[in-house]
Amino acid sequence: MTSTTANPLEHSHHEADEKTSFGFWIYIMTDCLLFATIFAVYAVLRPSTFGGPGPKELFSLPYVLVETFLLLTSSFTFGLAMLAQRKGNKSQLLAWMGVTFLLGLGFIGLEVNEFAHLIAEGNGPSRNAFLSGFFGLVGTHGLHVTFGLIWMGLLMVQISKRGVTPLLSRKLNSLSLFWHFLDIIWVFVFTFVYLIGAL
Amino acid sequence: MFGKLSLAALPHDPIQGGGAASIVLGVIATLAAITYFKKWTWLWKEWITTVDHKKIGIMYIIVALVMLLRGFSDAGMMRLQLALSSGDNHGFLAPDHYNQIFTAHGVIMIFFMAMPLMFGLFNLVVPLQIGARDVAFPFLNSLSFWLFVVGAGLVNMSLVVGEFAATGWLAYPPLSETNYSPGVGVDYYIWAIQISGIGSLITGINFFATIMKMRAPGMTMMKMPIFTWTALCSNILVMMVFPVLTVTLGMLFMDRYFGFHFFTSDLGGNAMMYVNLIWVWGHPEVYILVLPAFGIFSEVAATFAQKKLFGYNSMVWATAAITILSMLVWAHHFFTMGAGGNVNAVFGIATMIISIPTGVKIFNWLFTLFRGRIIFGTPVFWLLGFLLTFTLGGMTGVMLSVPAADFQFHNSMFLIAHFHNTIIGGVVFGYFAGFVYWFPKVMGFKLYEPLGKIAFAHWIVGFFVTFVPLYIVGLMGMTRRISHYDAASGWQPLLIVSMFGVMIIGGGVAFQLLQIAYSVWKRKELADTTGDPWNGRTLEWSIPSPAPFYNFAVIPQVSTRDAFWEQKQQRALRTPDAPVYHDIHMPRNSAIGFMIAMCAGLVGFSMVWHIAWLAALGFLGVLGLIFVRSFDEDTEYYVPAAEVARIEAKLSGSK
Repeated sequence: MTSTTANPLEHSHHEADEKTSFGFWIYIMTDCLLFATIFAVYAVLRPSTFGGPGPKELFSLPYVLVETFLLLTSSFTFGLAMLAQRKGNKSQLLAWMGVTFLLGLGFIGLEVNEFAHLIAEGNGPSRNAFLSGFFGLVGTHGLHVTFGLIWMGLLMVQISKRGVTPLLSRKLNSLSLFWHFLDIIWVFVFTFVYLIGAL
Repeated sequence: MFGKLSLAALPHDPIQGGGAASIVLGVIATLAAITYFKKWTWLWKEWITTVDHKKIGIMYIIVALVMLLRGFSDAGMMRLQLALSSGDNHGFLAPDHYNQIFTAHGVIMIFFMAMPLMFGLFNLVVPLQIGARDVAFPFLNSLSFWLFVVGAGLVNMSLVVGEFAATGWLAYPPLSETNYSPGVGVDYYIWAIQISGIGSLITGINFFATIMKMRAPGMTMMKMPIFTWTALCSNILVMMVFPVLTVTLGMLFMDRYFGFHFFTSDLGGNAMMYVNLIWVWGHPEVYILVLPAFGIFSEVAATFAQKKLFGYNSMVWATAAITILSMLVWAHHFFTMGAGGNVNAVFGIATMIISIPTGVKIFNWLFTLFRGRIIFGTPVFWLLGFLLTFTLGGMTGVMLSVPAADFQFHNSMFLIAHFHNTIIGGVVFGYFAGFVYWFPKVMGFKLYEPLGKIAFAHWIVGFFVTFVPLYIVGLMGMTRRISHYDAASGWQPLLIVSMFGVMIIGGGVAFQLLQIAYSVWKRKELADTTGDPWNGRTLEWSIPSPAPFYNFAVIPQVSTRDAFWEQKQQRALRTPDAPVYHDIHMPRNSAIGFMIAMCAGLVGFSMVWHIAWLAALGFLGVLGLIFVRSFDEDTEYYVPAAEVARIEAKLSGSK
């Protein structure tokens, strides 16, 4: 067999980083398809209000706009956190992650509140297919954000204990991708569910 | 406290009780044997916690073969029931039990036999073919495997505790909704498939990343072995459609557990949306399964005809074309939905177009064999059987793809005969060929060929005796999924013939088991000392059999297709350089994949029985374990160069 003469140790940290980031990108693409499916389902079920109220009567645009700004801002602050990580500034990194976490938490809080109101008024997911589709779509996004928050919290604890090790910065990169991805999905949710719904 | 779970869930019917008893006794006997031979530590250290792709592959295949026996016994019961159940005789199975059996047969054969057999072969072969030391994410590989095992375990558990779905293998609503299936059967179905489906998705990502990122230097895409190409395309399809399956079953779950109305027949739910979504997954799924079989046959044809594959480029393009087309034909599974003539025409034509790249492949294999010096090893028998059987199945497929004609064939036994024709003739024959072909690479000895050929003869004869009568009864108007029919229908003689056919296939399975047992017994005589028992062409044959745990002591440099074949040609001309070894970086074993899957199994089981606290506990377990794993920095180690040199010297000394 021919041998590679100058064969360095083939698993460098760089290579592990590249593989993880590639794998995580692909995971995000599959998640994208998952959301695409739920969007399609929502589009199919959207007219099936079965005599109940439609999106126009149910949703308050200003309220959702606040939600949207919270999440969009959290993406921006996560960007600042990543900049701090690149500079190797641990306290700044943790501070911006903290801000991101709070903004995300605010978003989820508002969403849970919206859901609770809808359910209390008798417009829960079992009222009709349209509301099933709505809760399915927005709820799936909300679950993703919740997992992102849990992940972020754990990562903050680890970073504060160990500092920014190569492993943790790899995780941070993945979480950053995930967080921005959820932001993009939310833009679509906001557009298709709320904006078009308000027309 | 225990949700819906009570003693009433245990089987009371003697036939179901027998099935349950055989599973329980089988598990007890296995556990007792492991304890008696004091193998627990070995099992834990060498197998359960392993992240070695070859060992994971072996475990996939073992579980797949066990599930094959389970699915096959379901098939036997169905054929026996239909051979008897005419006129006044109602057979030996109650209708609801019969419904569970055909559902379990389909679910097991696709999700828990064909998929794991395929992933097993990917695991065994793909890293070796591309000159890699493991997959991209070895830990996730172990996790995927154990998630699959848990899914398979839930299906089998349904036989002992409770019941399985009686809805058909795709659980169409509204039948699968709570109103019409109030029992736990559909819940077992949902959780078994959901858990193993997540494993499949992770495997898809894993192998895609492996093939894209870990090929040996010099192996460009168009120099990859064809099996790796088909594995790549198959994994692309896995990544594209398994999310759809997850969502669809997730919505069915929401309907059943939380009163949503995605697919219900009231309050605006849309059952046909489920049918669309499930086939958006389901049609590509059959190509996920059959593309690797095509890849195996390509390797087998080139190796045993001792010439390079005819039309490598067209083979790659045909594979890519099938990959894309397979996602554009799902509606041909329900032309009768009422989508209208235009929609049906588009999907009908798209379906017919698939036969073009498939035809290209058939001709490529024929031309590879043509004027080759064919060595008639067992894999070639499977190849020839496949060419005949699969072509016939393809032809009946084109018949079904004509929407107007499909209104006649739809839901009939003709359809059943068609897809068994393609799945047995294509997927099963292909995987068996691959199993025989790569067996020595993994185990270090060949399978005893004469018994393999006898098994093949049983399979091919049994196949036609079973399914040709089913084509005919289908044309006579027999619909699928019935457990009893009128004596005046005239179907009984044909269904009796079909039952004998399945017995012949049973003989084939028996000979395969005998072949494995005999070969293990005679493993000294059948040993593969060269590492290259078939005069192979691709890199997996360049290393010793069984492959050392690091696969390649020195990562090969690739400059052509059929890299190993080229090396062998050049080696005759010049003596190779003495290899220079380096430290090898390897992943550490981990028990966490296994433990995560066990917790996921706990979630699945307690969700089936509505035991909320236990499900929450299992879920916390999953999260906690992921947390522990994701912050573990000590997941890899080095094998020193001196150790590699010692192992290699020992391996070449044993030749």
